[in-house]
Amino acid sequence: MFISQALAATEEATNGAPDVFPPFDPASFASQLLWLTITFGAFYFIMSRVIIPRISGILEVRSDRITRDLDETQRLKAEADAAHAAYEHELAEAKKNAHGIAMESTEKAKADSAKVREKVEAELASNLAEAEARIASIKAKAMAEVGTIANETTGEIVKDLIGGKLTNAEITKAVSSLVK
Amino acid sequence: MANDPISQFHLKTLIPLEVGGTDISFTNSALFMVATVVLTSVFFIWATSGRGIVPSRGQSFAEMTYEFVAGMLRDSAGSEGMKFFPLVFSLFLFILVANMFGMFPYFFTVTSHVIITVALAFLVFFTVIIVGFAKNGFGFLKLFVPSGVPIAIMPLVIAIEVISFFARPISHSVRLFANMLAGHITLKVFAGFIVSLSSFGALGVAGAILPLLMTIGLTALEFLVAFLQAYVFTMLTCMYLNDALHPGGH
Repeated sequence: MFISQALAATEEATNGAPDVFPPFDPASFASQLLWLTITFGAFYFIMSRVIIPRISGILEVRSDRITRDLDETQRLKAEADAAHAAYEHELAEAKKNAHGIAMESTEKAKADSAKVREKVEAELASNLAEAEARIASIKAKAMAEVGTIANETTGEIVKDLIGGKLTNAEITKAVSSLVK
Repeated sequence: MANDPISQFHLKTLIPLEVGGTDISFTNSALFMVATVVLTSVFFIWATSGRGIVPSRGQSFAEMTYEFVAGMLRDSAGSEGMKFFPLVFSLFLFILVANMFGMFPYFFTVTSHVIITVALAFLVFFTVIIVGFAKNGFGFLKLFVPSGVPIAIMPLVIAIEVISFFARPISHSVRLFANMLAGHITLKVFAGFIVSLSSFGALGVAGAILPLLMTIGLTALEFLVAFLQAYVFTMLTCMYLNDALHPGGH
């Protein structure tokens, strides 16, 4: 009931409208077209000259920047990788060198000690030989002196017992024949 | 008069002008066209003035709108179509903002007048024809000759294609115009019910809740329609421009 009354009120109001439905009123077309042309033309101009170049510029700069940063990242990563590889290489080299040096010094120490030992041994041997030679010479001298003593003693004994004098040659001959 | 759902479409002359007997007055429609252009331009100029690598909110919104329209155009017309980007972008924003202005109570809806949508549709239509012939010469007529159709029914198909081509500006413009007009009339009628019903005492006020809820729902729907019709108009523009660039491509 209320709804029909409300509808009636609405219809009444509608009936009060002018005969021509406003969106189809040709009288307004010229004015609307003119103002649409002016406003849309200005809008198109502002968009194409100012706003679109600006936004596309912004987007371009950003994408360039991103590309450049990515490239830079790649480059830095490659650099870091190279540095790492160089470090590894250096480390391996140093390890190898250290090993070599250790080996070398061991060898050298061994060689040095061997040399020293040799020298000492040689010295000892020469000392020994010298000592032996001296002993031999002393012995020989002693032996020779034994002979001389025997000769002298023999001469003295013979002189005391027999009372004659013997030549050294005779004595020596006799003594040596006895010693034999 | 407040309940009259048609009164919102009346043009009111604000500054009377007449040239050679033709009325070219500055009306409320013209005022809202100017408002649409000024608001949109000022917003975009303000939003993009920072030119930041990291965008501000406004700039981000401007970029999103740009990418949205650019994506639409690139998808339907390919990268060649990007030379029409200023036109498509302007059309989208002009219609969208004009539609949105229409959502304010007492504001005039520019796109609810058929002459405006017809003018915009013909702008697209003639752009397509001119660019089509300029770029393809008579090859543009391949548009009317779909490939792979038996020769026997070819005349019929061509006739249908030609008719559908020339019907384009009509459907293109009427779709936008009728949606905006019908939506606003419906809104006004339901809103009018609230006022009419509530003048019938307590029961009437209680009954007015129904059209009130309806009006709220319709308002939300109208916001969707306002966006969707701008989108559809732009989408169709992109597809028609694609025909101008690649007439044999369908």
